Amino acid sequence: MSLSDRIEAPPLLPDVFSQWFARRGWTPRTHQLELLAKAKAGRSALLIAPTGGGKTLAGFLPTLVELSEKATLHLSPRAGRGRPSEARSDEGASKVENDGEAPSSGAISPRSIAPPSPRARGEGRSSGIRREGGLHTLYISPLKALAVDIARNLEMPVREMNLPIRLETRTGDTPASKRQRQRRDPPDILLTTPEQLALLLASADAPYMFGSLRRVVLDELHSLVTSKRGDLLSLGLARLFKLAPAMTTVGLSATVAEPDELCRFLAPQPLDGEAKADLVIAHAGAQPMVTMLDTKERLPWAGHSARHALHEIYALIKQHKTTLIFVNTRSQAEFTFQSLWGINDDNLAIALHHGSLDVAQRRKVEDAMSAGKLRAVVCTSSLDLGVDWGDVDLVVNIGAPKGSSRLMQRVGRSNHRYDEPSKAVLVPSNRFEVLECRAAIDAVAANAQDTPPLRLGALDVLCQHILGRAVGEPFLSDELFAEVRSAAPYATLLRTDFDDAVDFVATGGYALKAYERFAKIRQTKDGKWRVAHPRVAQRYRMNIGTIVEADMLKVRLMRSRRGGAAMIPRGGRVLGQVEEYFIEGLTQGDTFVFAGEILKYEALVENEVYVSRSTATDPKVPAYEGGKFPLSTYLAARVRGILADPKAWRALPDQVREWLEIQEWRSLLPPAGDLLVETFPRGNKNYLVCYPFEGRLAHQTLGMLLTRRLERAGMKPLGFVANEYALAVWGLSDLGACMARGELSLGALFAEDMLGDDLEEWLAESALMKRTFRSCAIIAGLIERRFPGEEKSRRQVTMSTDLVYDVLRKHQPDHILLRAARADAATGLLDIKRLAEMLSRIQGRIVHKSLDRVSPLAVPVMLEIGRETVYGEAADTLLAEAAGELIKEAMH
Amino acid sequence: MALSSISLIADPSGALYWPEHGLLAVSDLHLEKGSSYAARGQLLPPYDTAATLARLTRLIAHYAPRVVVSLGDSFHDGGGPARLGIADRDNLAVLQRGRDWIWITGNHDPEPAQNIGGAFHESLTLGALTFRHLPTGVAGEICGHLHPVARISQRGRSMRRRCFAADATRLVMPAFGAFTGGLNVRDAAFADLFGTLAFTAHMLGATQVYAFAATRCLRD
Repeated sequence: MSLSDRIEAPPLLPDVFSQWFARRGWTPRTHQLELLAKAKAGRSALLIAPTGGGKTLAGFLPTLVELSEKATLHLSPRAGRGRPSEARSDEGASKVENDGEAPSSGAISPRSIAPPSPRARGEGRSSGIRREGGLHTLYISPLKALAVDIARNLEMPVREMNLPIRLETRTGDTPASKRQRQRRDPPDILLTTPEQLALLLASADAPYMFGSLRRVVLDELHSLVTSKRGDLLSLGLARLFKLAPAMTTVGLSATVAEPDELCRFLAPQPLDGEAKADLVIAHAGAQPMVTMLDTKERLPWAGHSARHALHEIYALIKQHKTTLIFVNTRSQAEFTFQSLWGINDDNLAIALHHGSLDVAQRRKVEDAMSAGKLRAVVCTSSLDLGVDWGDVDLVVNIGAPKGSSRLMQRVGRSNHRYDEPSKAVLVPSNRFEVLECRAAIDAVAANAQDTPPLRLGALDVLCQHILGRAVGEPFLSDELFAEVRSAAPYATLLRTDFDDAVDFVATGGYALKAYERFAKIRQTKDGKWRVAHPRVAQRYRMNIGTIVEADMLKVRLMRSRRGGAAMIPRGGRVLGQVEEYFIEGLTQGDTFVFAGEILKYEALVENEVYVSRSTATDPKVPAYEGGKFPLSTYLAARVRGILADPKAWRALPDQVREWLEIQEWRSLLPPAGDLLVETFPRGNKNYLVCYPFEGRLAHQTLGMLLTRRLERAGMKPLGFVANEYALAVWGLSDLGACMARGELSLGALFAEDMLGDDLEEWLAESALMKRTFRSCAIIAGLIERRFPGEEKSRRQVTMSTDLVYDVLRKHQPDHILLRAARADAATGLLDIKRLAEMLSRIQGRIVHKSLDRVSPLAVPVMLEIGRETVYGEAADTLLAEAAGELIKEAMH
Repeated sequence: MALSSISLIADPSGALYWPEHGLLAVSDLHLEKGSSYAARGQLLPPYDTAATLARLTRLIAHYAPRVVVSLGDSFHDGGGPARLGIADRDNLAVLQRGRDWIWITGNHDPEPAQNIGGAFHESLTLGALTFRHLPTGVAGEICGHLHPVARISQRGRSMRRRCFAADATRLVMPAFGAFTGGLNVRDAAFADLFGTLAFTAHMLGATQVYAFAATRCLRD
């Protein structure tokens, strides 16, 4: 940190601000003043601060000060001294001037939707400043709700200091008339989302609208950069730096493992070397108090319900003012909420919050929460980000925390009073999770971060951006390539990949040049690419963004049927949305838990699910879906470390220690870097269980590949099941005996070459790969998104992306979209990268133990058999089986 | 599979073979569907025609039919034949050599086309069986148009496959084209055609066709 704690406030902070701070009884925090100093020096900055550290105000303070000074300036023109905006007027001033003078819309663009941009309000000023007013600061948040919330929070200081600042939000909900007006007459501060930014940039007005921009504030940057939204944002940012060269950025982030990477994200990257924003770290506040629930009950071997600990959790709620209860999945949230109400003898106000609930219902919960009316909220990662909720004094995390940074962010949701420690209790729902919780607590104590590294920019997102750029105004390939490379995630992009992306946007990128005449963008004589038809621009706008949701169906509570009529009465209250594939597995009359109730599935009418309330006490269909986030590599290594070190077991609950001691006696616990493989018979089958600790997704992929190899080796595998920690494969052959006879080598079975041909073969038919391809195809613009009114064809579109995948894979396996899908598969649903690292780690380090029965360590994963649905690829076997059943029925 | 007491082979690729006449029937090829979409702004891969013809080539090599019937909607639109690439056009000509080739007209391709060989008919009657694109529901009819698919759930997994939909006297063929989607056999269109749900869905597996009563099949 470059500034000491004894910063002299007056030169940085104008009187009106100092007085305002004083009136509220606050002192400006060091990091708030530091950001102000960075802004004055014309530097971009990344602020890392815990929740409750006045982060938002820190991000906006420079803007508020500059805008207030400008107003003062306007009233009494005492030269521009100290105006940060003029501190850099030497940089590209003439270019800015030019852009500002040329009324860009209409003249350059193929089509103009807005009326000619009005010239600068007031008289043009002589130097660097384009015009009085105009958009000064753009704020980007990952959540629409957060943008709205921040706007509300900002209005307070603006109002109280009587600052002449106009601030507005722009989201998907903003009415068209207001959007139009915002283009013509932008506010001083605009709060929006990455998708809206992309839309604004893909317009002929963009140079006009953003030419005056001085600052971009990026909130929750740590969360944005981990996804394709971050890629899209980085490309938008690169464009903004071109349109407004004097612009600086401010990133707001929770603590991350590699702050330097975020600093790079915030600065345009030069051709060689790298550029970084300055790092400002806020004082970390008090060390959080994280403990594990020391349950009096028996710890379950498997499962994720934490049913055993409900009464203890309820007691915790009673002891605290407001408790946030985090769980990992929607169904866990439903289960926990229901069960808590089952024992809620004191009628405490306990609410439910997850992403599938209806927005109105979520909003109600959030409002009740801010009003302090709730004692507890059961929630999923839907509350990991955003909305600041004051009075939470306890965070309970049910299940495994999955990553230490994630846990720290969740813990930070409690106690927003900065200097008091946050308090959190971890509730493991089974024995393995005890190990994971222990590892996480140690990691938090060591303040060890495990946020993922910065992504490499995705090619499908690049394709979308390229089309957007052509929609905005014609571009030259060389110039756009340079611009794209200035975005940190794309800094290493190859020219060939870029050219392929342009080719894809133009004519589909097919080796068979069949579509020249249907090109979406064409090169004109001056070499510039422009959209071939206004319809292309229109379609681009409809398909913008990188979020491809699973197909969701609306869930409606059915109105009572009159006189037992057979028809389903249409309409009824919307309870929320549920994934289509979940409903596919149900038949009429099945009961399941949703929106805090046990519901009976009645019918699917078009794209709406009709349900009724059920009197059943146990839902028939348990809907556990594996956690969305796999165990972080860092925590996995810590867990393996605990297992390998009997001394570390002392910190574990008695039941868990005993479990490990028996495992050591009956089988063994391998050294931290080794992979234990156990084989044993059970019933009339033979099992192979291994413990890679690499997360369910990687294990699932490993299971697919291992069964393929075993099949080929004639070992007749029948199935497998994976959980976060282990993988169990079973079959008819006695694998242990085969190994003893030297017919099967574990080294060969787990050899890295399984990621070659075996993987390729499997990818050809994998449903997960097809899903991955589908989202790449949508993002890149090959397949269009569906819109209300077109939903009847949803099924056919899903079908055809699979068909497109099959055909493309066969005829042009190196097509850019297949490359994009493979890159996603490396880290996404198939987690191949993690698997590859594991395979390489365990080469020559496999420990085999042949047992006569199941080992203690194997019990949890064995209990998952029959409980977990596996994405098997053996659909034909199932078809044969289903057909066989019919024959049996017919013969009896 | 028997239709009006005539025995037919339902191939898992979705084709129908009538040994007595050495006749191979395929339906709804929708050739040049990719380029048809491309013309309207969605640049789907231009390989669907090649893929469909390659599958057809394998079938013809296997059955060596004397007659090939393409049961309508052979091209995705009227402009399809003209957009056919040179290689695909040549392949088609090779397939047609030495056998009768009959294009039944469909709703997507109602007019006879130039330069693609074969003969054009609205329907073809051979003995007790009539081949036509649009179903009319009369006995002995083999038709296409509906793109039947069936869905079965087994052990919590749902499988959706193209299928032949048939009762004792009528048969709807699955779509053969590489880019063709499908309509669930539990859709009202099928109940209307067969009168009731007393028909069978013959689902296409990898190496064999699996029969299920329509009542056992699930809606989408």
